[in-house]
Amino acid sequence: MQTAQTTVDPGEVAKFEAMAAEWWDPKGKFKPLHMLNSCRLDYITQQIAGEFGRDLTAEAPFAELRILDIGCGGGLLSEPMARLGADIVGADAAERNIPVAQIHAEQSGLDIDYRHTTAEAMAEAGEQFDVLLNMEVVEHVSDPLAYLTACRQLLKPGGLMICSTINRNAKSFAMAIVGAEYVMRWLPKGTHEWQKFITPDELYDLIRNAGLTPVDRKGFVFNPVTWNWSLSARDLSVNYVTASTKPA
Amino acid sequence: MDNPVWARIFVAMTYDSDILIVGGGLNGPALALAAAQAGLSSAVIDTQPKAVLEGAAFDGRAYALALGSVRMLRALGLWQAVADKAQPMLEIKVSDGRAGEGPLSPFFLHFDHAEIEEGPMGHMLEDRFLRRALIEAMDENDRVRVLNAATVVAQEVDAQGVTVELADGRSLRARLLVGADGRASGTAARAGIRRTGWDYGQTALVCAIDHEKPHGGIAHQFFMPPGPLAILPLPGNRSSIVWSETHETAERFMALDDAGFLEVLRPRFGDFLGDIAIAGQRFSYPLNLTVANSFVAARLALIGDAAHGMHPIAGQGLNAGFRDVAALAQVLGEARARGEEIGTAPVLERYQGWRRFDTATLAMTTDLTNRLFSNDNPLLRAVRDVGMGAVNAVPGLRRGFIREAAGLTGDLPDLMRG
Repeated sequence: MQTAQTTVDPGEVAKFEAMAAEWWDPKGKFKPLHMLNSCRLDYITQQIAGEFGRDLTAEAPFAELRILDIGCGGGLLSEPMARLGADIVGADAAERNIPVAQIHAEQSGLDIDYRHTTAEAMAEAGEQFDVLLNMEVVEHVSDPLAYLTACRQLLKPGGLMICSTINRNAKSFAMAIVGAEYVMRWLPKGTHEWQKFITPDELYDLIRNAGLTPVDRKGFVFNPVTWNWSLSARDLSVNYVTASTKPA
Repeated sequence: MDNPVWARIFVAMTYDSDILIVGGGLNGPALALAAAQAGLSSAVIDTQPKAVLEGAAFDGRAYALALGSVRMLRALGLWQAVADKAQPMLEIKVSDGRAGEGPLSPFFLHFDHAEIEEGPMGHMLEDRFLRRALIEAMDENDRVRVLNAATVVAQEVDAQGVTVELADGRSLRARLLVGADGRASGTAARAGIRRTGWDYGQTALVCAIDHEKPHGGIAHQFFMPPGPLAILPLPGNRSSIVWSETHETAERFMALDDAGFLEVLRPRFGDFLGDIAIAGQRFSYPLNLTVANSFVAARLALIGDAAHGMHPIAGQGLNAGFRDVAALAQVLGEARARGEEIGTAPVLERYQGWRRFDTATLAMTTDLTNRLFSNDNPLLRAVRDVGMGAVNAVPGLRRGFIREAAGLTGDLPDLMRG
């Protein structure tokens, strides 16, 4: 078994360990992400398995697949991909997330290549992947078309991009900003700027203009009674996810 | 691996199997096979030596498998091996009898499988056939390993997994430990899980009866003041009985020889199946309800009687265990397919959330049914007679009961959906 080399200053380890514990506490600061995570993973794993003809009950179903997780944070998506056998790179523009994610991967015995970099920089360097996980990022970038164009460059021909974001309407404003940031205090205030939210049709247009082919979209629907998230083919009113491919 | 930190992590990350299952009865092996279908490997630790399969004689034990359980066995590829040895239960007749009055006082309740579209409400299957099918399937499965004559003496949980130590000094490591070791579960006790329970003041006498006349696939349940007598059809002119009496009476009856036992059974059993004789051994089980205060702990899940030992009235014990198996296998399989770590709290909470509510409902209704029917208070007797008449008179209500008995209610795991 290989384990990622760590470049963490030993003096900083305790701090990063505490932050890793925070990222990975299902009841802690990142609770909304943890609650959504199995639903996101259902979509991601089924799309990848379908696109690349993989059997999810096999040993290492994602073996030989090179996957990039953009905005990897503490590694909530990178670790499951590594566990499924993928060759995974986790990238985050926030430098402090990298040692945090590295430490947790080491604790989990997983081999993950975490990097402090951006999609644009990696595209410039000519890196290419079979799959791009582009989850809850596009609503935070300043130029979505330029960003998605870099994403297209990062994909091998025939590659798959999973992209999720938040719709822009009164309901999403109430749920994501008033609800999650102010009422539930799930997310720090100012996490989202509502005017940057993108409707599903706008995202499809952006994806097409970036040179990719949208193939599927579903809603992530929160049930306030059971406190569960589920996938919906019809309700894309707040959180939603898309799959698109790069022409071979 | 010269760095001791990496060496330690490497050891921590090495697993003998994904799951360690303590208990080689019926639920443990069923879980190993269901988990294997989802891509997870198991080691089954059984205190018993490997069972003799060929020509095992009928020992008197049999199970009433609800339709949901039959569907699960079919989905696991086990049903094919036992189908021709199982007796379909086509009808269930429930009556309120009193010893000496003859149990065939008017049938107050009559459940007929013709009223639900899914077919027979369930099947009766002898223990030896079910056990053999499970053992053979485990032998053939690359993802299942069985350790016979092995006793767990210690278990230790750490951040990456769980290690179990056996009495012979061997140790095994996995991502998840499953306690399928019965109502006196050592696995639960070692994890510090306490149990809640009470005694019913009754003991169940279990045996098989050969009878002169065919049973026609009809199961009977006679509710008598000391406790219920269930007569469940086995293949041929044979039925399995579950007869509950007070501890003292049961002990007295167990001490009798077969002839003496038949003597006391006859007036309760009645003569509607002609002359009767004992087939195989007689067993007795003190009836108590014991529910684990939690079904999960760090890297641990409990299934079957280890989670909830319940009154075997209406044969719901094994069926409830199989529901645990199907639910846990589904939760773990889905987690594995998502790349989630199967032994972590969020995953195990999904199993617990699914099964605890179902179990509490079943334990309570089973308990209430028994308390209501095991009572000679004339008022209660009148209430239940009216109640049974009412259930019988309303087809929708009766269908509800049939579906409940067939194990088709609640949030069904995929393996039981058919």
